[in-house]
Amino acid sequence: MDLFEHQAKELFAEYGIPVPRGIVAHTAEEARAAAEQLTGKVVVKAQVKTGGRGKAGGVKVADDAEDAYQKATQILGMDIKGHTVHKVLIEEASQIAEEYYFSFLLDRANRTFLAICSASGGMDIEEVAHTAPEKVAKVPVSSLEGIDRATAREIAQAGGLPPQSLDGAAELIEKLWAVFVDEDASLVEVNPMILSADGQVKALDGKVTLDENANFRQTEHLAYVDKAAEDPLESKAKEKHLNYVKLDGSVGIIGNGAGLVMSTLDVVAYAGEGYAGQPKPANFLDIGGGASAEVMANGLEIILSDPSVKSVFVNVFGGITACDAVANGIVSAFQLLEGRGEAVTRPLVVRLDGNNAALGRQILADAGLPGVELVDTMDDAAQRAAELAAVGA
Amino acid sequence: MAIWLNADSKIIVQGMTGGEGTKHTRRMLASGAKVVGGVNARKAGTVHEGLPVFGTVAEAISSTGADVSVVFVPPAFTKDAVKEAIDAEIPLCVVITEGVPVHDTTEFWAYAVAKGNKTRIIGPNCPGIASPGASNAGIIPADITTPGRIGLVSKSGTLTYQLMYELRDIGFSTAVGIGGDPVIGTTHIDALQAFQDDPGTDAIVMIGEIGGDAEERAAAYIEQHVTKPVVAYVAGFTAPEGKTMGHAGAIVSGSAGTAQAKKEALEKVGVRVGKTPSETARLMREVMQSR
Repeated sequence: MDLFEHQAKELFAEYGIPVPRGIVAHTAEEARAAAEQLTGKVVVKAQVKTGGRGKAGGVKVADDAEDAYQKATQILGMDIKGHTVHKVLIEEASQIAEEYYFSFLLDRANRTFLAICSASGGMDIEEVAHTAPEKVAKVPVSSLEGIDRATAREIAQAGGLPPQSLDGAAELIEKLWAVFVDEDASLVEVNPMILSADGQVKALDGKVTLDENANFRQTEHLAYVDKAAEDPLESKAKEKHLNYVKLDGSVGIIGNGAGLVMSTLDVVAYAGEGYAGQPKPANFLDIGGGASAEVMANGLEIILSDPSVKSVFVNVFGGITACDAVANGIVSAFQLLEGRGEAVTRPLVVRLDGNNAALGRQILADAGLPGVELVDTMDDAAQRAAELAAVGA
Repeated sequence: MAIWLNADSKIIVQGMTGGEGTKHTRRMLASGAKVVGGVNARKAGTVHEGLPVFGTVAEAISSTGADVSVVFVPPAFTKDAVKEAIDAEIPLCVVITEGVPVHDTTEFWAYAVAKGNKTRIIGPNCPGIASPGASNAGIIPADITTPGRIGLVSKSGTLTYQLMYELRDIGFSTAVGIGGDPVIGTTHIDALQAFQDDPGTDAIVMIGEIGGDAEERAAAYIEQHVTKPVVAYVAGFTAPEGKTMGHAGAIVSGSAGTAQAKKEALEKVGVRVGKTPSETARLMREVMQSR
């Protein structure tokens, strides 16, 4: 889960990391009030969970409160790479002497953490990393050893920071490591980390990605969930503990196992290329190993409440769960949904394979559910689901 | 023949007395795997599913000669369980648990390295490893395939089962589910190397998915070191950028980790990549029949 800049900075401040004073505003009026409170020059910064907002015009300096009102009016509601700006951070303007880059991140390939540091921070860091990689220090950090003030200083030095910044940067880096570990982050990034005109090293921006697997011990992280930005179907699915991702096609997908469901999306997309309107998958939904009647009913309910869904493809491989149990789950799900007044009316293509597949197919055939078709292979079933979606569109 | 797990492997289950541990201990026993005991500090000295429960992995090893541990403990306790297995120097530790924080996995991996890599870790968030007809450590259904000479390594559980099932008439030496987390113990490369060295394996199926660059690195490894035929499948071509697709590690970040890049990297080194799981099975069938 990614945090907004203002959330990242609030977190940094809790760990004693110097950040500029700032106030979040959701309207231009709030922006004006915030600027009045901060006094002097301020920066109006779009709060969006994507990079490149500076280049997109989402960060503007305002001379006074009235100017902050104007700039906030321009920025609020802007679209930055598909993200609508719903709030801005009004921040005291900093006197920047130098801009650096710093991050801690997960190095998947080497199964360790990495500190990345460069004296050439700011908007063009990616360009620097590409054209002058020697200016970007990448230092592996072991979980077991961690970071103390001395290693933090070495990293700052390796990044080419000048002597007058080393003490301040070392302190900031040591504290960022505490954020990274104590908050179960997979990324903390400060770009730019600045040396201010008065000689202080500060975090002028902040990006934090938190590991949702750690929520069991980071219960306060739930407060960061951005419900407003969540797709309503995704929120509903989450409440029912379903692993669901909304996509923009018309073939609803239910499967068991993340890999098989990803694969199902691909196979449906290929199949769709051959039909009118090129039907695509409408969602990712992994019902996991169990696939009980209730889980199946909840899954079907979510998918069928998506009006763009024209057909549904249930793709189950019976590994641990036998297919007869899955078939019974589908039959019960139809009854459950009918009982809830949401009888299934859109066509359902079912492919069952693996343990007790023949038995499962027989159960479905005997049940004679309306609109349910059994297809033997995943590839053929994807074809049929795409065809039905094309016809239904 | 097989890799890492054979008919002589003696398996203990960490977290055997829990719900998942109990269910899968029964399944492993039913499949003929030699499960010799379990570990639960609070239930040491008791008997569960007809097997002795030990207080520690070290005690279980000294009493039973176990050389494989399968971990079913909940995510909050997984790190300590794996570190205990590492301390006891068990040769193979298979971590089934899903939802382990990445800081914990990174820590127990660093711990394994610091202790001299005496324990091979598979997982976490994986279905385990099965050598059909010989042994089964984890949750892979034993009865969907037969012993044979194909080796399989995969990030995905269900796709593993799908391929094992489609190729059940030809059969498998070993199938290894390495898991879909961003940080995992055993990698595609480790399995490729072991299959290349295994006289009981003639060809290798490799299943990958979006996220990270493990498949690209595997491709580079294949070009340099693997002479046996490799057929691959990659899932997630239609996955949108920035969305986690079920597995914690299955995410396209910017332009990194796409299925297309993985497919291209594999094809560039001569690996045939199936468009669907069934086509992948057909490609492997052709390989085995042309031998």
